[in-house]
Amino acid sequence: MTNRAEMTRRDILKSGAAVATLTLAPGVTLMTFGGSEANAARADAGKRWGLLIDANKCAADCSACVTACKTENGWGNDGGEHSGPETESAWIRKVTLRDKHTGRQVSAPVMCQHCESPPCVDVCPTGASMQRVDGIVLVDKHICIGCRYCMMACPFKARSFVHSDVPEQSVNAPRGKGVVESCTLCVHRVDRGRIPACVEACEASGNSAILFGDLKDPESPISRALKQYSSIALRADLELNPGVRYQNL
Amino acid sequence: MRLILAFLVLLGLSLPLHADDHEGLPAVPKATGEPHPEGNEYWRKNHMTLLLHDRDLTLREGEREDIRASLESCFDCHTVKDEAGEAVTIEDERHFCRVCHDYAAVKPDCFTCHRSTPSDNVANRLMATPEEPNSIAAYLERLKALEADESEASQ
Ligand code: SF4
Ligand code: SF4
Repeated sequence: MTNRAEMTRRDILKSGAAVATLTLAPGVTLMTFGGSEANAARADAGKRWGLLIDANKCAADCSACVTACKTENGWGNDGGEHSGPETESAWIRKVTLRDKHTGRQVSAPVMCQHCESPPCVDVCPTGASMQRVDGIVLVDKHICIGCRYCMMACPFKARSFVHSDVPEQSVNAPRGKGVVESCTLCVHRVDRGRIPACVEACEASGNSAILFGDLKDPESPISRALKQYSSIALRADLELNPGVRYQNL
Repeated sequence: MRLILAFLVLLGLSLPLHADDHEGLPAVPKATGEPHPEGNEYWRKNHMTLLLHDRDLTLREGEREDIRASLESCFDCHTVKDEAGEAVTIEDERHFCRVCHDYAAVKPDCFTCHRSTPSDNVANRLMATPEEPNSIAAYLERLKALEADESEASQ
C-alpha cells in the first residue's frame, strides 16, 4: 500500500490523473491531464456509451428495466411526508405512444438521454450537472444545491428531485434529500466492465429491446445497427445528439 | 472558535487513548483489518481532504480501481456493532464517525446521501471478469453469437 502521508501534493495529483508536463519557460510548466491508455480503468474519452431501444421488441406489459433500475439504484420507494406520484423519483419510465390516425400503439422506456449537448449542464449554476469524457451525464450531488434548473431545462423529464430523507442507501448509487438525480447509465457498473442493469434485465426478460454499446467504435453492434437501420433521437429538432436512440417508435 | 476546538481535539486524539486516563475524551472505537500505513494521526487530520480528493476522481473521472479513501471501504474496518450484532448507523451516537464528530461539534453531511454501514451488496465492487454473464465482454460475445445465428438463418 502506498503511504499517502509521504506523497507530495504533486504526487497525489499524479496518482489522480495521467499528467504530462511541458516546460514552457524556466519555472513555467504546463500540465495536461488525461490520455486514455494511461489508465484503462478511467472514463475513456475514446468511447461514448449509448443505448439503442427497439420499440417493436419492447413488450407493452413489461417493465423489467424499470424494476431492475429501482433495485439497482434504490429509488422508487422513498415515502415520507412529501411522497406521491408527482414527487416520486423516476430515473426510467415506460412511455406508451399511440398514433391517433392509425391506432398503432408502441411502448418504450425513457430515461436520461445522455445528450451530447446537455441543456441540464448548460443551465446548472454550480457545475454539479456534468458530462464525463465518455458522454455519461451525471449530477455531482456533492455540489448540487437543489435549485432544479436542470429539471426545467431537460426536454425529456429525465430528472427527479429527492423530497424525503433516504436512510441507508444502496452502495451503487448514493442519493439523498435536497438534490437532483437521474439515470447514470449505471456508471458504477460500466466503469467496472459491466452492462447497465436495465440492459441486463431486458435481455433476461427475453425481449432484448435495449442494445448497449460504444457509439464511437464503428464496429460495435450498436454503431453497426445505427448505420444499417433507421432510428431517431427524441426531439431531434433540438439537436442535442443524445446517446440514447430509438427504433420503430 | 470551531478551529481552535478542532485543533484541541486533534491534539487530544493524537495521544494514546484510554478512556480512564483521558477523562472526557472520545474513546475511538476499535477497528478491524490492516492499520493505515500513514498512521491513525495522519488519517484523523486528513481524512476529509483525502475523501474530497478521491470523490472527485471517482465521480468525475470514473476512477474505480486506484481509490483509497471511500466511505464504502472505511466501513470495512470502522464499524461499531450494537448489542444484537448489527452495525450501527449514523443515527446512533456510537457510530465510528459520530464519536469524534459529536465531541468536536462538527456535523458530517456525508450521510444524507451515503450509507453509513457496510453493505452486503458487493456485486459491483470488483472489476468484472469476462466470465461474468453481466460483463460487457460476455454481453458482446452473446450479441456476436446472435448475429452469426441470424446470418446463418437468412442464408
Ligand atoms: S436527457 Fe435531460 S438530464 Fe439527460 S443529458 Fe439530456 S438534458 Fe440532461
Ligand atoms: S438542481 Fe443541482 S444539478 Fe440541477 S441545476 Fe441546480 S445545482 Fe445544478
